[in-house]
Amino acid sequence: MTINSSSAPTEARKFNIDTVANAAETPDVELPWAALGLKENEFDRVVEILGRRPTAAELAMYSVMWSEHCSYKSSKVHLAQFGDKVTDAMKEHLLVGIGENAGVVDIGDGWAVTFKVESHNHPSFVEPYQGAATGVGGIVRDIISMGARPVAIMDPLRFGAIDHPDTPRLVHGIVSGIGGYGNSLGLPNIGGEVVFDSVYQGNPLVNALAVGVLRHEDIRLANASGVGNKVVLFGARTGGDGIGGASVLASESFDADKPSKRPAVQVGDPFAEKVLIECCLELFKASVVEGIQDLGAAGISCATSELASNGDGGMHVELTDVLLRDPSLTPGEILMSESQERMMAVVTPANAAAFEAIMDKWNVEYSWLGEVTDTGRLIIEWDGEKIVDVDPRTVAHDGPVYHRPFHRPEWLDALQENTFDGDRPADGNALRAAVLELMASPNMCSKDWITNQYDRFVQGNTALAMPDDAGVVRVDEETGLGVAISTDANGRYSYLNPYEGARLALAEAYRNVATTGAKPLAVTDCLNFGSPEDPEVMWQFAETVRGLADACQELGVPVTGGNVSLYNQTGGVPIHPTPVVGVLGVFDDVARRTPSGWRDDGQAIYLLGTTRDELDGSEWANLRGHLGGQPPAADLTAEKTLAAILINASRDGMIDAAHDLSEGGLAAALSEAALRFGVGARIGIDELCERDGIDPFTALFSESQGRAVVSVARSEEVRFNDMCTARNYPHLRIGVVDVENGALDVQGHFTLPLEELRKAHEATLPEHFA
Amino acid sequence: MTLETDAPFDAPALDSVRVGIVTFPGSLDDRDAARAVRLAGGTAVPLWHGDHDLQDVDAVVVPGGFSYGDYLRAGAISRFAPLMEQITAAASGGERALPVLGICNGFQVLTEAHLLPGSMIKNNHLHFLCRDQRLRVENADTAWTASYAAGDEIVVPLKNQDGQFVADERTLDELEGEGRVVFRYVGANPNGSRRDIAGISNAAGNVVGLMPHPEHAVEAGFGPDSSAAGLVGVRGGTDGLGIFTSVLKKLVK
Repeated sequence: MTINSSSAPTEARKFNIDTVANAAETPDVELPWAALGLKENEFDRVVEILGRRPTAAELAMYSVMWSEHCSYKSSKVHLAQFGDKVTDAMKEHLLVGIGENAGVVDIGDGWAVTFKVESHNHPSFVEPYQGAATGVGGIVRDIISMGARPVAIMDPLRFGAIDHPDTPRLVHGIVSGIGGYGNSLGLPNIGGEVVFDSVYQGNPLVNALAVGVLRHEDIRLANASGVGNKVVLFGARTGGDGIGGASVLASESFDADKPSKRPAVQVGDPFAEKVLIECCLELFKASVVEGIQDLGAAGISCATSELASNGDGGMHVELTDVLLRDPSLTPGEILMSESQERMMAVVTPANAAAFEAIMDKWNVEYSWLGEVTDTGRLIIEWDGEKIVDVDPRTVAHDGPVYHRPFHRPEWLDALQENTFDGDRPADGNALRAAVLELMASPNMCSKDWITNQYDRFVQGNTALAMPDDAGVVRVDEETGLGVAISTDANGRYSYLNPYEGARLALAEAYRNVATTGAKPLAVTDCLNFGSPEDPEVMWQFAETVRGLADACQELGVPVTGGNVSLYNQTGGVPIHPTPVVGVLGVFDDVARRTPSGWRDDGQAIYLLGTTRDELDGSEWANLRGHLGGQPPAADLTAEKTLAAILINASRDGMIDAAHDLSEGGLAAALSEAALRFGVGARIGIDELCERDGIDPFTALFSESQGRAVVSVARSEEVRFNDMCTARNYPHLRIGVVDVENGALDVQGHFTLPLEELRKAHEATLPEHFA
Repeated sequence: MTLETDAPFDAPALDSVRVGIVTFPGSLDDRDAARAVRLAGGTAVPLWHGDHDLQDVDAVVVPGGFSYGDYLRAGAISRFAPLMEQITAAASGGERALPVLGICNGFQVLTEAHLLPGSMIKNNHLHFLCRDQRLRVENADTAWTASYAAGDEIVVPLKNQDGQFVADERTLDELEGEGRVVFRYVGANPNGSRRDIAGISNAAGNVVGLMPHPEHAVEAGFGPDSSAAGLVGVRGGTDGLGIFTSVLKKLVK
């Protein structure tokens, strides 16, 4: 059942083709630049570059490639810090840095890992299932483009209020979209986040992270080199879906009086992508492609201009050779279409037959579109008539750069002064009720109802997944070499203080990775913000980038790539600044990874770190409807020491369980560690209260950073204590694992049977969505 | 459970058993099935759906996944693959019939190929469901369950969207009457399957299909969080290995 490949195109249609010659002769034709998302000054710049008005096809290309989503025109000047603040020591493990489809990190033994997080926010609001599904598809193609086999995905998600009437539509659509696509690709989903907050009501955040594995020698880059080499488009056919996805959808705010943007959403076919993965890996193995680029935002416009400008500088393409799903598409639409599951490659004439044989084996359609030139021009023809004649650099790299005005919001001082002075439960019964309320709350409740819709087993290498602190996958079956990944962000912290919020997001992801025992190596980020045209949002953005770049330098982990998503606002109301930070760590052997739950009776439970009265921005304050003050302080030197302790303790077999303290503080960490395997503990907090000068409520609900709870075998206690003392890190024995009592017993305050806790913890999502 | 892990295997002989693993373009758990065969001591042989040659394998696993995307009906297209025609013929060969195991999508393919009765429809709750699942081995006389004793319980991962086993009452009665219900869900029925059926066999017992994934419970550290015996450490469950040792031991006898 071979599907006919490389077929001759159907007869090219001669509808009013706006050729280059025609454009030169008719300078005064009105062009729809505004409808395509270009600003007037940007259109003028295009005319200046070309020395004439653009053709319809050229206008289509510039409009998508110069969109905020593709060109980073508002964020670029700030993002430069990620490069500027990288030291040589930080680059030690970096094989490919920012600028390619995804960064590549050396993890030893000749293995490398590529990983990246991206947003698919706007499409997922308009069409939740397809938006989320194609978000997974897009990030996975980025990973394939680097020459890697994708091995895992994660999904940090943010929804509006759990009880808002529109939330079920988004939760059901987005979760089943991620599951429907990811499960069909055979990629284990190993973690992520789920947050409910009314600020995301009209702007849910759907970020998708993918990880891939490759040998050093297999790294592939997106460039078109070698004059005379052939350019080929393969995978799914090009259709009318996703036209303007990057420009009019992802680069504008939603507004009630604007038309529905559903036609700008792409539609995914996971089976086509699965086949594309296998067929690309076979192409790489056979070394028959010189350069490769996935087709994502801006479709063929992006792939041709980026491949050409990154290589020998020129390309000649015949657009009527593109295989179409819909024969009525205009050349401009073909150039802009964001149809999924497509790739573009550069192949030497000598390898063309080998390339075709692999396509035929996998029944993948392809069409040869043209060849690499050294003319410095990207020439695109329609049935032999020239419709695009541009310097590809001007399309791909020389887009507008904006130094957008920004200023610190005037309301911020009042906000930061408004510290939490609400309800602080004191007696045992009230604390018990507070823990139950916390663990049943939308943000702290069990996410099993969601994560059980994702396959975490496929590929057989998943060593940890949710609800543990980080996802862990084995890379090398012989040695056990593997990686851990965690993504984190706290929009409330960032709203209160965007600089600190970014540092806290990195600190948490870094701590989560170290908690499993992995050594943090590199960072990817997805920066979700409101409109850059709002100076206050722009200030939040600038502060976030500054904070994240500084924190990366302090922790010695470089940003390897990521994504910026702006215009996440509806009407005039932006989302909280939400910098989702993903940290990748490495294990020599994943067999020594530390799970988050207790198991062994009698083991000692230690709390590492200091607890301060830091309730501002906390989950508890959130439950009491309060948002104000300053977020907890981020002490990155302390985080480094804590990480070193957790990593060494894991490597030397001193600890059998570890769980980081973050949202929900000690109350959440103890509850989760107990519920993980249904094993309880006897806990004493009075000594902690005395040492840190706090009350029991603060001990349980404060969100001070740099903390973790660990369980230590009796035989290892001396060694563990010695290590913490040597590193001068606060450590306190707060309890004992108790297999028999089946409860979280906070002695002298309350006892919470695990069954009661579990029932409350697991009921929330099914109550709202099942 | 009485998995005979301490029985002295004749390693070279087990090693000589060649178990074919079929790969369709949308197969996902094929490498996992191959790993399970290796960990059980056998030799895994990759088989391509478009080939016409079974390469002299001694048994075949049709693994999980979405064979051809399954947009039409799970397994509906795969049954027409050239290799499936070979498998169907070899599996129906009387005394010396080829042992065939279908897991998840592989089970769906085997029902479409009429090697097994019944069919799978969407889970009654309409969601994809991934969880550790407890099963009871109802029939320990098949080619794929001889390492267990009837009544043994095992825990293996379950992960599917179209896992609800259905058949008409007469077929169900026949399956029950002939002892061809091989695995049954224990505890809450995860998908609405008729009579809690998780896996069945053909009359000869050489062809077995089940929806849960034994190949994901074969290696400590990468399996489910529990076994039938209780907690076994994080992802420590290996209850599924017996499925693969069963066929190897049968074939070296």
